[in-house]
Amino acid sequence: MTTVEERPHTGFGRTLRKEDVRLVRGKGNYVDDVRLPGMLHGALLRSPYAHAKINSIDTSAAEAHPKVLAVITGETLKGLGLAWMPTLSYDVQAVLATDKVRYQGQEVAFVIAEDHYSARDAVELIEVDYEPLPVVADAKKAMDADAPVIRDDKEGQTNNHIFDWESGDQAETDAVFANAEVVVAEDILYPRVHPAPLETCGSVADMDPVTGKLTLYTTSQAPHAHRTVYALVAGLPEHKIRVIAPDIGGGFGNKVGIYPGYVMSIVGSIVTGKPVKWVEDRAEHLMSTAFARDYHMRGEIAATKDGKILGLRVKVLADHGAFNATAQPTKFPAGFFHVFTGSYDLQAAHCTVTGVYTNKAPGGVAYACSFRITEAVYLVERMVDVLAYELKADPAELRMKNLIQPEQFPYTTKTGWEYDSGDYPKALQLAMDMAGYDELRKEQAEKRERGELMGIGVAFFTEAVGAGPRKHMDILGLGMADGAELRIHPTGKAVLRISVKTQGQGHETTFAQIVGNELGLPTADIDVVHGDTDQTPFGLGTYGSRSTPVSGAATALVARKIRDKARIVASAMLEVSPDDLEWEGNRWQVKGDPEQGKTIQEIAMAAHSSLELPEGVEGHLDATTVYNPPNLTYPFGAYICVVDVDKGTGGVKVRRFIAVDDCGVRINPMIVEGQVHGGLADGVGMALMQVIAFDEEGNHLGASFMDYLLPTSLECPSWELGETVTPSPHHPIGAKGVGESATVGSPCAVVNAVLDAIKPYGVRHADMPLTPAAVWGAMNGRPIRTDLAIP
Amino acid sequence: MEVTINLNGTPETHEVEPRLLLVHFIREKAGLRGTHWGCDTSNCGTCVVWLDGKPVKSCTVLAAMADGRSVRTVEGLEQGGQLDPVQEGFMECHGLQCGFCTPGMLMTARALLDDNPDPTETEIREAISGQLCRCTGYENIVRSVRWAAEKEQGGPVTESETPAEVTA
Amino acid sequence: MQVPAPFAYERATSVEHAIALLGELGPEARVVAGGHSLIPMMKLRLARPDALVDINGLGAELAQIRVDGDELVIGSLARHADLLGSAVAGEHFPIFHDAEKVIADPVVRNFGTVGGSLCQADPAEDLAAVFAALDGVATVRGPAGVRQVRVRELHVGPYETVLAPDELMLELRVAIRPGGGSAYEKVERRVGDYPVAAAGAVIWLDGDTVRDVGIGLTAVGAAHFAAPEAEAALRGQPATEESFRAAAQLAAEHCNPSADQRGPVDYKRHLAAELTTRALRRAAARARGQEA
Repeated sequence: MTTVEERPHTGFGRTLRKEDVRLVRGKGNYVDDVRLPGMLHGALLRSPYAHAKINSIDTSAAEAHPKVLAVITGETLKGLGLAWMPTLSYDVQAVLATDKVRYQGQEVAFVIAEDHYSARDAVELIEVDYEPLPVVADAKKAMDADAPVIRDDKEGQTNNHIFDWESGDQAETDAVFANAEVVVAEDILYPRVHPAPLETCGSVADMDPVTGKLTLYTTSQAPHAHRTVYALVAGLPEHKIRVIAPDIGGGFGNKVGIYPGYVMSIVGSIVTGKPVKWVEDRAEHLMSTAFARDYHMRGEIAATKDGKILGLRVKVLADHGAFNATAQPTKFPAGFFHVFTGSYDLQAAHCTVTGVYTNKAPGGVAYACSFRITEAVYLVERMVDVLAYELKADPAELRMKNLIQPEQFPYTTKTGWEYDSGDYPKALQLAMDMAGYDELRKEQAEKRERGELMGIGVAFFTEAVGAGPRKHMDILGLGMADGAELRIHPTGKAVLRISVKTQGQGHETTFAQIVGNELGLPTADIDVVHGDTDQTPFGLGTYGSRSTPVSGAATALVARKIRDKARIVASAMLEVSPDDLEWEGNRWQVKGDPEQGKTIQEIAMAAHSSLELPEGVEGHLDATTVYNPPNLTYPFGAYICVVDVDKGTGGVKVRRFIAVDDCGVRINPMIVEGQVHGGLADGVGMALMQVIAFDEEGNHLGASFMDYLLPTSLECPSWELGETVTPSPHHPIGAKGVGESATVGSPCAVVNAVLDAIKPYGVRHADMPLTPAAVWGAMNGRPIRTDLAIP
Repeated sequence: MEVTINLNGTPETHEVEPRLLLVHFIREKAGLRGTHWGCDTSNCGTCVVWLDGKPVKSCTVLAAMADGRSVRTVEGLEQGGQLDPVQEGFMECHGLQCGFCTPGMLMTARALLDDNPDPTETEIREAISGQLCRCTGYENIVRSVRWAAEKEQGGPVTESETPAEVTA
Repeated sequence: MQVPAPFAYERATSVEHAIALLGELGPEARVVAGGHSLIPMMKLRLARPDALVDINGLGAELAQIRVDGDELVIGSLARHADLLGSAVAGEHFPIFHDAEKVIADPVVRNFGTVGGSLCQADPAEDLAAVFAALDGVATVRGPAGVRQVRVRELHVGPYETVLAPDELMLELRVAIRPGGGSAYEKVERRVGDYPVAAAGAVIWLDGDTVRDVGIGLTAVGAAHFAAPEAEAALRGQPATEESFRAAAQLAAEHCNPSADQRGPVDYKRHLAAELTTRALRRAAARARGQEA
C-alpha cells in the first residue's frame, strides 16, 4: 500500500489530503496548543443578566489573588479609548461593559493570571453590583411602544430599530398577487442557531515591547481583515500587526468576526508585557459568539390553480441581538436574503426586512449560510410545499413545473441576481431517480392506510457564493477581492501563498491541485502557505463559500501568469519565438516538433540561471495576482429526505437522504463530498434539534452541549450523493464553490419530509427544530414557539 | 499531590493539584497536545483517551484518579514509525476535515476494532455516538473505520474507491 | 475550559477506609466513582465539595455482577458498560440492557457507574426508574454498619438521597422470580440526551393474568420514580392491551412533570402513558417468550 506522500498526483481528482499527515498524528497546531515563554492566561467575567445597569465593580479580592497579575474592567478600557470596538456592520460593540450589560454572557471584566485555573478562580472573586432592567427577549416585542431601549449608548436611538431594507418591485408584486387565483401565506421562523465548531474561539497575543510588533495567534477565518480591524480599533500601525490563524477546529462562519476576548488578550499583553492566552469555554462560546438566523418571516406565494407560481412576497423581522455585528457586504444589511426567489421563474417578487435590537448576543450571519441564503432557501422551499399542500399537488412535480429552464441562463431574477449557469430539471430528476421517488410515494400511501407515518421531503436550492465583485461588495470598506502569489523554486518546486484560510476545507490540498492542474506539477511538489498575514497577500478570507470561487480563481490565474512567463523563458532556451510554442501538460513544446520542448521544472531552473532572457523580461519564475470576481457563482442542488415518524411519541428517524449537488467543476471530488456530508448533518441538526432559545428574562437556554444538541452518528443516515456538472462560465476553472450548499439546502428537505409525514393530521407548517415534543404538538394542534422557553 | 501516569508506555510524574483534569495533565504537564477538549460537560468526546485500555472522556476524569494507571493517546497510536491502520483509514477515506475531533475518534475506533475486528456500519455508528464531529457528517468516519477493519482482516485494501456516486 | 474549584482528595483503599474518610472529611465531602455526573457539575461550579473520596480502587469489592441465591446482585461500582455487557443481568432482566443501551453514550458508559448514577439522584436518571420498576434494594454501609434501602425509598428529591454523608452504597439486589419479563422505553431528543420521558416495566404472568407488575418512570415527576397506583390496578387483571393502557393512563395521571426545553407538561404526561404502555407490552411479550 502506498501512502499519500508516495502516490504521485497531478491536477484535479481524488487525492488524499496534505493536512491529514499531521492531523491524524495529533500534530496539528490549534490556538490552544500555542505555548510561548512567560505566557499568562486570561479569563472573562460575564454578565449573568440579559439587561442590567452596572452600578459598581469591585475587583479587589481578585487582584489580591496571589497568582493574578491584573484585572481589567470597562473603566480601565475607557481610559485607553478601547471600551468599544466597531462591528462589521458599522455599529459598535462593548469590549467590556461600562454603562450596562445588554445580553447574558456579555463581557464585563478580564483577569490575567499565571495559570488558567487561577484565572478562573479569580473571576469568581469579582463583585459586580447589577441593577436588573426590563428585558427584550422576543424580537416581536422589540418595537413595542413600552419596550426598553437597549442601545441608549447611541445618540438619538429612541427605540430598538436598526434598519429597514427592501428588494424587488413592490407595485409589480402587489399587482401579481391581486390578480392571482391562489395566494397562500405562512409565518415561518428560522430560529436562532449556533455554528458550534468543536474548537471554541481563542487567541494568544504577544506584544513585543521592544519592537512594538504584535503577533496574534487566533481562531480567524479572515486573518487579513482582522489585522486591518485591529489597526483601526487599537490604533496600532498595521505593519506592526501579524495575525496568525493556525489550524482551526472548524469555523462555519463563527470565526469571521472579532470578539472582545481577542481584543482583551491584546490589551492584556500590552498591560503585562507578556504573551496572554485567552480561550473561551463552551458555555462562553455558545452564549456570546456569533449565532445565526433568528429570522421571523411571513411568506406569501401567488400561483395559478394549476400550480404555476407567479410571485413571492416576504416580510422579515430580523433579530440582530444587542449589537449589530452581522458580517456581510456593506450594501446588504440582510445579506443575500433577496435571493429568496430561489430556483423558480417568477413574474414578481418583493421583500422587506426590518432589523431590531434585542437582549441577546450579537451576530446573525454565520453557520455556513452564504450570507442568509439559508433563510432565503428555507423560506421559498417551505412556501412551495405550503402551496403544494393547498393545491393537493405533489411537491416534486410542482417544483419541476416551476424551475428555471436550462435555456434561460444566464437568468436575471426579479431581485436582480444574474444566475450564471444551471440545468435544474436534470438535477431534480436525478435526485428523484436515485430516491425511487414513485416507489417511495407508493410505500407512503400503503403505510398511511395502516396508520404509519412516513414522509418524503423535497428541496431545491440555488446558492449565490464567491463574494464578490468589488464594486458591489465590501466589508468595512474592504473590497472582496483576494490575492495569490506563486513562486516556482529553481528545482521546480512551488510555494503558493493565498489569503483565504482553511478551517477543515482542505485548502492545502485543493489549491495545490489547482496549481498542479495549470502547470503540470505534482501536487506533492506544491506547498500552500496561508493563515499568516506576514506571509500571504491581502484578501478577505474564507466564509460564504468564497475560497474556491475567489481565491481558487486567483490561484488558477497566477499559475497562468507563470505559464505565460515560462513560455518566454522556454522560447529563450529553445531559441524559437514564443508564438511557435504550445503548452502540453507540463511543458512548452515546439508546434509540430514535440521532441523539442522544456518541462516546467527545466524552465524553472533556467529562469534562475544565467540564461539570457529577452529585453524587459525579469528572471526567476514568480507571479502575483489579485482576483476581482465579475459575478457570483451559483451552485445548486436537489435534495430528497425520507423520514419515519413515531405517531405515539413524535420521534423522527431520518431514514434516507439523497443529495444531488452541482458545484460546477470539482477539483477534488473526495473533498467536495466531504463538504456535502457535513452540511447534510447540519441540516438534520437544525431541522430536528438545534436551537438557541431564551426565557422571558433573557436567560440563554442552550449554553452547553447538554442543552444545545448537535446530531451524532446515529441521527445521520448514510448519505446518498449524486452530481451534475454545469461549469461556471465566468470562473477560470469553471468551479462554483460547495462549502455551504448542503447546509443551505438540507434543513428544508428534512422539515418538508417531517411535515409530509404528519400531513394526515392537517398540519401545513411547524417551526424548527422538530423535536419529538414539537412534532407531537403540531399533530395535536398545539404548536410550540421554539425560540422561547416552553411553557 | 504527586501523580504518576504511564502515558503511551512512558511514566510521567508531576506534582499536581487534586482538581487537575486528566486532559490538562496530558496537554499541559506532559505536553502532548494531540488530545483536545471541546466542551465542559462530557458531551463532545474530543478528549477521548484510553484509561487502562478503555476509551474515556479525559475532561471528566481527574488526573488523580488516573494515578498509577495507564493512558494511551493519539500520539501512542503510531508504532515504530508505522501509522495505525485507523490513522491510515482516516486519511484514505477522508475521515477528517478540521481534525479537531479526530484524535478522540481514532482512539475509539482503535478500541472498537480491538474488541470487534469486523464491525458493521451500525456498530461503528454506535461506538462513536458519544463523540461529535461537525465536519464530516460521520459518513467518512464510518468508512474509515471499515477500511481499517478490512486492512487488518487482510481484505482487499488498495486505494479506497470514491463513495458510490451517480453522475448524470 | 471550565475547571473545578479546589478540593482535597483522598483515595480509599477499602470500604472501611472509604467510610472512615467520609467521617473524617465531614458532610461536604463526596464520594467520586466514575465522576461523570459529579465532575461536570463541579466544573460548572454547581457542586463544590470540600473533598473527594475516590473509590475507584475498590473494584474487587464493589464491581461484581452476579447471582446470589435468588437475587441478582450488582455492585455499585459496576460501570454502565459492565451492566450492558453482563449476560447474567440481561438473561434475568432485559430491562437492564434496554436501559443501558440508551444511557449516555458508549464512552461515558465505560467509566460512569451504576451506584454513582443512583446516588446523584438526577430527576431524569434512567436507572432510578429501572430499579424502581424492579423494586431493587440497595445495600448501604456507614459507620454503624450495613442497612438495606429500597430504591423506591432512596430518593427524597432532586439530587437528594436518604444516604448519610458518611454512608457508601455497596450493591443493589433484585429478586429473581420465574415467569417474568421486563422492558424499558425512552424518548430522547437525541442519542445521549437525558430522557424527555422514560418508563420501565417488569411483569409476571400467570397464563394471561398479571400476577405482579412493577412500573418505573423517570423525568416526569413520578414520586420515587414509581407508579404504585398503576401497579395496584394492573395486578390480577388480564394481560391485555386494554388493561395496559388503563394502567398506563393511571401512571400518567399520578406524574407531575415540569415543562422545559424537552417538552411541555401535557406532552410529557402523554409520554408517561404511551411509554408505560409500550414497556408493559414488551415486558409481557418477553414474559411469554415472544420477544427477546
